[in-house]
Amino acid sequence: MNDRIEKRIELKAPISRVWRALTDYREFGEWFRLKLDGPFVPGQISRGQITHPGYEHLKWEAVVQKMEPERLFSFTWHPYSVDPKQDYSKEPPTLVEFRLDKTASGTLLLLTESGFDKIPSGRRAEAFRMNEGGWTQQMSNIETHVAQRP
Amino acid sequence: MSHKGHSSKAARRRAHAPVFAALGDETRLSLVATLCRGNPHSITKLTEGSKLTRQAITKHLRVLEGAGIVRCVRAGRESLFELDPAPIEEIKEHLALVSRQWDQALGRLKSFVEK
Repeated sequence: MNDRIEKRIELKAPISRVWRALTDYREFGEWFRLKLDGPFVPGQISRGQITHPGYEHLKWEAVVQKMEPERLFSFTWHPYSVDPKQDYSKEPPTLVEFRLDKTASGTLLLLTESGFDKIPSGRRAEAFRMNEGGWTQQMSNIETHVAQRP
Repeated sequence: MSHKGHSSKAARRRAHAPVFAALGDETRLSLVATLCRGNPHSITKLTEGSKLTRQAITKHLRVLEGAGIVRCVRAGRESLFELDPAPIEEIKEHLALVSRQWDQALGRLKSFVEK
């Protein structure tokens, strides 16, 4: 896991419900914490205002790539560009993909964010070894949090 | 013998793009891998075992220097190159931050669809 972020999460909700939460711009904005100007349309720029406490001064901008119902939703963006004074448009954009799969108890969501660099694969490992311990901890925090909700 | 750093702090850019761009090349990445081992290397040594000419290697080193990933130090009449780990560390921290943000966002999504 060197040039991409990969997350896998089980959701106890039908795939249609998850699809709506991902692709309905109002629903997406609710859990992602932003206020979008309008619906997602493949090939078009999506704009909005971050509503996440402490980040309200930031704008959201992404280009919607694919919307394959109940299978794949993807967009490119400049991830968590937190310094409003910095011009992130020169940075290479990353590709965010939400892939859905039906499971016995609900939906499996696979999130990947890739393209952080254009470094040829196979050579990165030594220079870019990530500390994955922190992520594992975060994931288990979420599991605990969710398990406490009936 | 005098050691003198040629690259200044000012030359090092805060943006990640130049670092990513500089590393997006097989030759430069292999130079970085060699320099990762710690010791400053001469251009001669870095050219050894490569199919490229000394001039080509020097050019690649200058690109890495421009991105602040390596710095040139003088040892007598020789130029030695060494790694500056800071820009690569910054990229790692950046990725770790993005990763944490996703954990939080997906946690909120989970609560949202399961309520």
